[in-house]
Amino acid sequence: MKVRVDMNLCQSHGECVFPAPDVFELGDDDVLRWKEDVDESRRAAVEEAVNACPMMAISIDE
Amino acid sequence: MERVVVIGASLAGLRAAQAVRAAGHESSLVVVGDERRLPYTRPPLSKQLLAGEQTSDDCAFPGTDAVACEWRLGSPAVAVDRERKSVALAAGDAIPYDRLIVATGSRARAWPGDGAALRGVHTLRAVEDALALRAALTAGPQRLAIVGAGFIGCEVAATTRKRGIDVTLIDVAPQPMVPLGPELGARCAELHMGHGVDLRLGTGVTGLRGTDAVEGVDLADGTTVDAELVLVALGALPNTEWLSAAGIALDERGGIVCDATLTSVSDADVLAAGDVVSWPHPLADGAAVRVEHWTTAAEHGGVAGRNAVVDDPAERAAHVHPPYFWSDQYDIKIQAVGFPALGTRLEIVDEDGPRLVAEARDASGRLVGAITFNNAKRLAAYRRQLATEAVAA
Repeated sequence: MKVRVDMNLCQSHGECVFPAPDVFELGDDDVLRWKEDVDESRRAAVEEAVNACPMMAISIDE
Repeated sequence: MERVVVIGASLAGLRAAQAVRAAGHESSLVVVGDERRLPYTRPPLSKQLLAGEQTSDDCAFPGTDAVACEWRLGSPAVAVDRERKSVALAAGDAIPYDRLIVATGSRARAWPGDGAALRGVHTLRAVEDALALRAALTAGPQRLAIVGAGFIGCEVAATTRKRGIDVTLIDVAPQPMVPLGPELGARCAELHMGHGVDLRLGTGVTGLRGTDAVEGVDLADGTTVDAELVLVALGALPNTEWLSAAGIALDERGGIVCDATLTSVSDADVLAAGDVVSWPHPLADGAAVRVEHWTTAAEHGGVAGRNAVVDDPAERAAHVHPPYFWSDQYDIKIQAVGFPALGTRLEIVDEDGPRLVAEARDASGRLVGAITFNNAKRLAAYRRQLATEAVAA
């Protein structure tokens, strides 16, 4: 699956980092980095990150 | 177990409904909401929506159409009959339940004196409130007076200053943002003064002036603040009065008294989520807490939803996440985790221009909370640490 983050919305709350630390990471500059191509086995964790984001910035492309 | 009914169609109610389905409940699921809208997110109401950068459609939560539930919107629940296991709606009908999840949230505290109904006096809680305030701000007023310098008051002050409107921010407390403590509250005061806000701290409001439209605010120090618009931002009250007649225990501030699994102590078939919950927290040494922040509402919804489909209360999971909250004011992102207000001292351990890191510790030196300004990565590290301690406690 493809993971998208709308960086116009992201405000570095870091909510996504907790359910899926292997996919999302806050840099030292507080800017989010993430993996775009994520194995299907991590879908539940990424969905949790989608729901946890207060800015509704994360989406999954099937 | 046939039917789960969720009362409240905002963040906590939505996440509860999603969790009920994710936990494998396949029979009936009903979500009741007093507003006509499907669930939407509220943080932008005092910021992006008020500024005109987002629309109300932008605030709608995605995924609501994917929740296999019956939405009953536009009518609040008014009573619960625990013997018949049924909830009455204002519209007149009754909905039977096997498990009830109460996620009715809070409402803005109205101005308690005369003048609350004057034209130009606003509160801010729902999308309609934000749209009404936005329309009033774009109609060309010169001056906005804000009564209450908490989260909503400070955020609206910041948003409104960007429009070039004069803002007076009033609070009976000697500082804005009381939950941050005196030292960081003083930083917030400097921040607002630096953006031209007229701060009136340590003085209460004695009355709102005006006969038809509001004209100003009278302060306890004898001065008057002239304003064509007034925002009353005095905090929120939990929407729980409708439960008391049913014998569901409420604490002195209206919170539903729950155990660690968000189950009402009065009834194992009644659970709660979000602002309405009073529950014992391990990071507060097991003392009851009530938290009115976005992330807690989302987390509570998940826990209450999963627990609602577990029949044996002893097998339900506790909610132990450290509370997390944030506030955006001008170009500063304030973030906090844990219970900073429970600390006996707050120490700024790192400061670099507008970036700041502060630790709150109790008398024994144990970390109980942390606050950062523009330092999300450090805040996340504290959050991880406190989450680990909460699980171990």
